[in-house]
Amino acid sequence: MEWTDVDTWIVTAGVLTAVACSIPGVFLLLNRQSMLGDAISHAVLPGLAIAFFLSGSRDLVPLLSGAILAGIATTLLSEAIRQTGRVEPGAALGVVFTTLFAAGLVLVRLVADEVHLDPACVLYGSLELAVLDGNPVPPIVWRMAALMAMNLFLALLFGKELQSVAFDERHATACGLPTKRLRLGLTMATAVTAVLAFESVGSILTIAMLIVPAATAFLFCRSVPGMLLVASLVATAGALAGHLLAIGPLPGLFRILIPSVGGSAWNSAGVMAATTGLIFFGTLFGAALIRYGNRPLGRKNRDRNQPVSTDSSAD
Amino acid sequence: MSEIPLHIRDLNVAYGKKLVLWDANLTVASGRATAIVGPNGAGKSTLLKAALGLIPAASGEVRFFGQPLGRVRRRVAYVPQRESVDWDFPVNARDVVTMGLYRRIGWIRPVRAKHRRLAEEALADVGLGDFANRQISQLSGGQQQRVFLARALVQRADLYLMDEPFASVDAATEAAILETLDKLRAEGRSIVCVHHDLETVAGAFDEAVLLNMRVVAQGPCADVLSPENLRKTYGARLSLLSDAMHDLTRPHGPGPTGR
Repeated sequence: MEWTDVDTWIVTAGVLTAVACSIPGVFLLLNRQSMLGDAISHAVLPGLAIAFFLSGSRDLVPLLSGAILAGIATTLLSEAIRQTGRVEPGAALGVVFTTLFAAGLVLVRLVADEVHLDPACVLYGSLELAVLDGNPVPPIVWRMAALMAMNLFLALLFGKELQSVAFDERHATACGLPTKRLRLGLTMATAVTAVLAFESVGSILTIAMLIVPAATAFLFCRSVPGMLLVASLVATAGALAGHLLAIGPLPGLFRILIPSVGGSAWNSAGVMAATTGLIFFGTLFGAALIRYGNRPLGRKNRDRNQPVSTDSSAD
Repeated sequence: MSEIPLHIRDLNVAYGKKLVLWDANLTVASGRATAIVGPNGAGKSTLLKAALGLIPAASGEVRFFGQPLGRVRRRVAYVPQRESVDWDFPVNARDVVTMGLYRRIGWIRPVRAKHRRLAEEALADVGLGDFANRQISQLSGGQQQRVFLARALVQRADLYLMDEPFASVDAATEAAILETLDKLRAEGRSIVCVHHDLETVAGAFDEAVLLNMRVVAQGPCADVLSPENLRKTYGARLSLLSDAMHDLTRPHGPGPTGR
């Protein structure tokens, strides 16, 4: 295993993207909208294609606008389907984003066949290519740093209101919070995050980082700020460990086990996403073990049928 | 305070094509505790939600203290049904109560120590002084209900709208809620409470509104809870309770001996 500048930049970009995604991910999870991140990161594809077709350029501004509009369209469309009351919410979202994603794939082939927007790139991203830019600091690193800063800033500004809307939307509305606009803002931040991350690391890592760190943090965190912190740490650990595995042990191991598979290095974004998933499963297992260890011993506590909380000394 | 805390005129609410509230007219008396009573599906919770603009009304007019809700939000506090939220949410009791202050704290500004102290005082008021740091998932149903009550109390509103606060709670919680109602009334605040238990209406509330899609009757408990009105509200379903009705009209409800 050889560590080069390229590896440093891949990890830096990966960590920044992962943390940037994990922040809106926490709020999506608390809003029970985790799959919205998934849906948006797929549904931005037709938005990108149409924006590319209309503007004829790969400039960030038109592409970003197209993607955000597609993201909002996804939310509104699935919300509209849900409100007919005839389709389960998850299914409504599923129908909308698969349709948009498929239409997007067709459109990409039609309007942008020879350009950067190719389907393979869409899936696993171009992390390795993106950092080989020649500049002292690859632009992707700046972009992801800006994205992370933006999300941190938004979480700092609106975290308390978003928390209140996620916990009890009715009460928040009754108190006069603009709940619909807050949710829309979260959707838009997710769309911006998804499209920027998408371009650098592909949809696999984007979706994984929108959901998995938040889900891991939810397993044991006791507050929303705690969840944000833990989710960021999980995202960082996943990206770092993922790249280490991708360039070192995994290809080596596979070269020994199955000589025909392997190659020199694996797709970093993919291994980062998978590693983060492993962290989740590890946490889930660990939490189950702890709960097993803390279970009441024997029948001693059987008569305490009351919920734990009625007796403050019952710890 | 002679102004009317809540005045509802000709409120119609429909879910799809099904009308659930029909020309509801309601005037809530200031400084008193009013119970909204009626059978399941009578539109009791719907009335509160529509008044607060949480669900759209087909037509009608709602005035809080003579004004539209947007102008007087700070004077109105809402206690939703406990079942309406996910209690696995990663917050403790103090955090939930503090949410009642978010609007007052304002955008961007963080929650400060004095806000936490206010939240703790409100928790102590409902008998949960020792539970501020307890995760809400670790609270019993009754304690969760009291946390919701504390979140409304911390708002120091003039009108409290509560949706079934007495539904399936333990005796300690029931006592805490009743005590809170008394205290609020003593301070001249008004309470409107969706209530499911006919037997306790007269004991806990000053006024009653009988609702079954329409407002059947409203006024002081003693006048409203007549056999005639109850039959109109509950229909044949109440015939079994005709003995109990006799007790209801007494100022303090059925005695400890019951029926």
